[in-house]
Order: sequence, then structure tokens, then C-alpha cells
Amino acid sequence: MAASYETPTEYISHHLTFLTQPAHTGGFWSFNVDTIITTILLGVLTFGFMWLVTRKVSTGVPSKVQAFVELSVDFVNEQVKSIYNGTTRLVAPIALTTFVLVLFMNAMDFLPIDIVSMVLGWLGIHTFRFVPTADVNTTFALALAVFGLMIFYNIRIKGFGGWVHELFCAPFGSNPLLWPFNLLFNAVEYVSKPLSHSLRLFGNMYAGELIFLLLGMWAATGIVGTIFGAVLHLGWSIFHILIVVLQAYIFMMLTVVYIAMAHEHH
Amino acid sequence: MDKLQALALLQGYTGVGIGLMIGLGALGACVGVGIMCSRFLEGAARQPELMPQLQAKVFLLLGLIDASFIIGLGIAMLFAFGNPLIPAGLK
Repeated sequence: MAASYETPTEYISHHLTFLTQPAHTGGFWSFNVDTIITTILLGVLTFGFMWLVTRKVSTGVPSKVQAFVELSVDFVNEQVKSIYNGTTRLVAPIALTTFVLVLFMNAMDFLPIDIVSMVLGWLGIHTFRFVPTADVNTTFALALAVFGLMIFYNIRIKGFGGWVHELFCAPFGSNPLLWPFNLLFNAVEYVSKPLSHSLRLFGNMYAGELIFLLLGMWAATGIVGTIFGAVLHLGWSIFHILIVVLQAYIFMMLTVVYIAMAHEHH
Repeated sequence: MDKLQALALLQGYTGVGIGLMIGLGALGACVGVGIMCSRFLEGAARQPELMPQLQAKVFLLLGLIDASFIIGLGIAMLFAFGNPLIPAGLK
């Protein structure tokens, strides 16, 4: 091990520290450089891979790689069609982008934490968290982008006046006495959507990583701890595979549902 | 010793709080998932040909029902390992 820890809390806090770069005065105004680097790398790798595959498309019998990409595109298209029946052609590509990106960002949680941190320690980097979606900033960025898209499509479909009218008059009625209640209701809905959207993904990934850390710590306490720790680690890893795919799928479905809801008239 | 006593009190109450957060959250999530899955089994027994679509919806709803519990779990972990309520002088 490249580093030795004094207390269990130190081990956990070390593995939960980001590689930050202060931008202005630090604190809130700082970049988590490790998250940014990992996200950019994953985006380039996955979307570059899919783009390269689409360059060599053959309409006859597809190769395995092409079949795999076609499978994922078809899957997302089916899901989008079952929810959204409008005319905006960008909804399915948005869904595909979020699904692939979130899936691969979540899948970084499969790499063993201590081995990666040991390898990075040889390269001189001592604090690096490589699961981007276990960082609140990433999930909030994605959820706020979806929120922005929601407002954009609201204004585009209903017009700015129509959207403001709907904010004040749905769902209770257009009597001016009901305007504050309508606005409050809609405000709660608009605030809770990106909050729950982002925190669900963040909470799942963060809790998963933390449980891996805790199980690893338990496995370091004598031979009985190692055996039971290894068994529970295996069980949790298998369950976490399901959670990773499921959370990416849920994120994509909610993106599509929110954009589809923005197209509805009340 | 007074500082140590204050710190022990704070950490004890934080421990109780963490237990309540995780326990009550798990209670709600498990009861909700149980109700949903019982309805799914009922529906699948009534119309077995719809089982694949219902199963896809079950997984989606499972993630949505678990959301509040997982958020509470994340906050409980924050209190466990980086308690923001302990003043800097006591650490």
C-alpha cells in the first residue's frame, strides 16, 4: 500500500476527498478536477466509439460491434416511443446521450478503489475520485441541463405567454384569487423535479461506494472479518451491477418523461 | 474533560439520529416496494402475457420508490463521516 492510515475514519475520509482546484475564493467556488477529467475522458471514449462505429455501417449482415450499438439505440428508441408521441426529433438522441453517459459514469464504480488509488499514487496523484456520478456536482449539472431543456420546450411549444398563463392558472383554475396557489404548486413541482432527479442518482452511487469502503475496512480486521467481508463484498458487488444499470435507465426515463410533460397542454 | 463530554454527547445524539434516518427510511421503502410487488404478482397472475412489460415498469418504480430512502442514506453517511454539527473547536 502506498499510504498507511491511522484510523478507519481517516481511510474513509481520504477516499472521499476530491482533487479540488479553487477557482475564486475556494469553498463553493472550486472545481473538482478529478470529476471533470473523468467525465471528459468517458464522454470522448464512449461517444467517440459509437461515432467510429457509425462511420463503417454496412446495410447487410452487421458486425457484432455494429449490432451492439444498434441494439442500444433500438432499446432507447422503444422506451422513448412508449412515452413521448410528439414531433420533436431531438428527444430520442437526448435520451440516448444521457443513458450511455450515465451508464458509463456509474460503471466506473466497478473498479476497485484501493488498486486504482495505488496506481495513481505511483503517478503522484494522491486524492482522486474516479466515479463522476458520486459527485453531487455532476448529477446536479445533468439534472439542471434537463431542467433547462424542460423550460426551453415549454416556452417553444406553448409560447412564453402561454407558459406564464399555465404557471398561474393550472391546475386549480383561472380565477385571479387562485393565482398564488397555482404559482406555489407549480413552483414546488419545478423545484422538486431536478432535486429528486439528481439526488437519486447521487445517493445511489455515493452510498454504493461508501458501502464498498466500509466492507473493505471490515475485511481488514482479522481472518474472520476477511472471509465474511469478502462474501458480503461479492454479494454487494452483484447487487450494485443491477443498481448501476437501473439508475442509468431511470435517469433516462425521467429525462424523457419530463420533456414529454413539457409538451403537454393543460 | 468538559470538551470531551460535550463531544461525546454530540456524537451520541448524532448516532441516534443516523439510526432513525436509516431505519425509518428503510421501513418506508420496504413497505412501499412490498405493496408494489404484490400488485405486480397479482397482475402477472391475471394476465401472464403482459409480464415482460410489467416487469420493466416494476424496475423503474423500484428505483423511484427507493429514491427518498437513498437520499436519506446519503445524508446519514454525511453525518457519520463528516459531521457538520460539531464545532471546529471540539474536533
